[in-house]
Amino acid sequence: MPDPTPPTGTGRWPLWEVFVRPRRGLSHSHVGSLHAPDAELALRNARDLYTRRQEGVSIWVVPAAAITASSPDEKDSFFDPAADKVYRHPTFYPVPEGVPHL
Amino acid sequence: MAVPAALLPIVGPADDALVTAQRLGQWCSRAPEMEEDVALTNIALDQLGTARLLYSLAGELEGAGRDEDDLAYLRDQRDFHNVLLVELPDRDFAVMIAKLLFLAAYQCDLYRRTAADPAGGPLAAIAAKAAKESAYHLDHARLWTLRLGDGTDESHRRMQAAVDEVWPYTHELFEAVPAARADWLSTVEPVLARATLRRPADGWAPTGGRAGRHTEAMSYLLAELQVVHRAHPGARW
Repeated sequence: MPDPTPPTGTGRWPLWEVFVRPRRGLSHSHVGSLHAPDAELALRNARDLYTRRQEGVSIWVVPAAAITASSPDEKDSFFDPAADKVYRHPTFYPVPEGVPHL
Repeated sequence: MAVPAALLPIVGPADDALVTAQRLGQWCSRAPEMEEDVALTNIALDQLGTARLLYSLAGELEGAGRDEDDLAYLRDQRDFHNVLLVELPDRDFAVMIAKLLFLAAYQCDLYRRTAADPAGGPLAAIAAKAAKESAYHLDHARLWTLRLGDGTDESHRRMQAAVDEVWPYTHELFEAVPAARADWLSTVEPVLARATLRRPADGWAPTGGRAGRHTEAMSYLLAELQVVHRAHPGARW
């Protein structure tokens, strides 16, 4: 039986956000988060937790503390002003055919 | 029922993998962190998968109608040919990591050599798959050895104690192919050095596992592994 040492470290393992690029994708998407003591183990843990069913071919792990996120409370004031600025959308001219990734 | 001698090169490693899977499975819900729990159970499943393929192959080659379940659940201790290293109880996390480091370095090398054999047939195919998984197991153990050895005073003390405790059991891995030990040392010694751990001296070399003579721990392990199957012979889920 494993030695039941009292748990100590969870508070000291920082949180990491995980981004995975699927096999047929072009960009990494956020898939979740995990705790790990450092970047190398975070990458290994991400592989175990988030690519178990071959979801991806590339993994990024980023310390959660390094991410600055917009606040959900400020969603309205942050994004609303753009809602009625129709001139920002390229809808008034035909898109040329054969232009890649437009 | 005993295993024919000709099949020992398959059944020995299969038993190593099965017993390892059983020991690692005991960490399920008991690992220090959830992420480590998932990592260890993944490694256990990899080992179990290899054991199943090897048992199925051995059963076919034996031609006596035994399948993987018969070989895993119905053999007695005397007919198991795993090395003593894998049946040692995991006294603490460090012991489990030390065992995994030494075993995975051995398995990685064994599977690669087996996979490279042009006349290997299905055994080489199984070994090729296992070799990739083994590299990952070795990596996992290596990363933890470095962090525990070159860590706090307590982690260093526990890791050194684990390495000292487990080292004598590694000699049995190379009884069949003594020449393989050099490669194994060249994998393992740098890891210990970088982890600021003292590489133990070679001395006492307990043996007997490959010949079916096991430690006391093996009977408890097998009892737990086999009891359900033996209580309901022939049952189907």
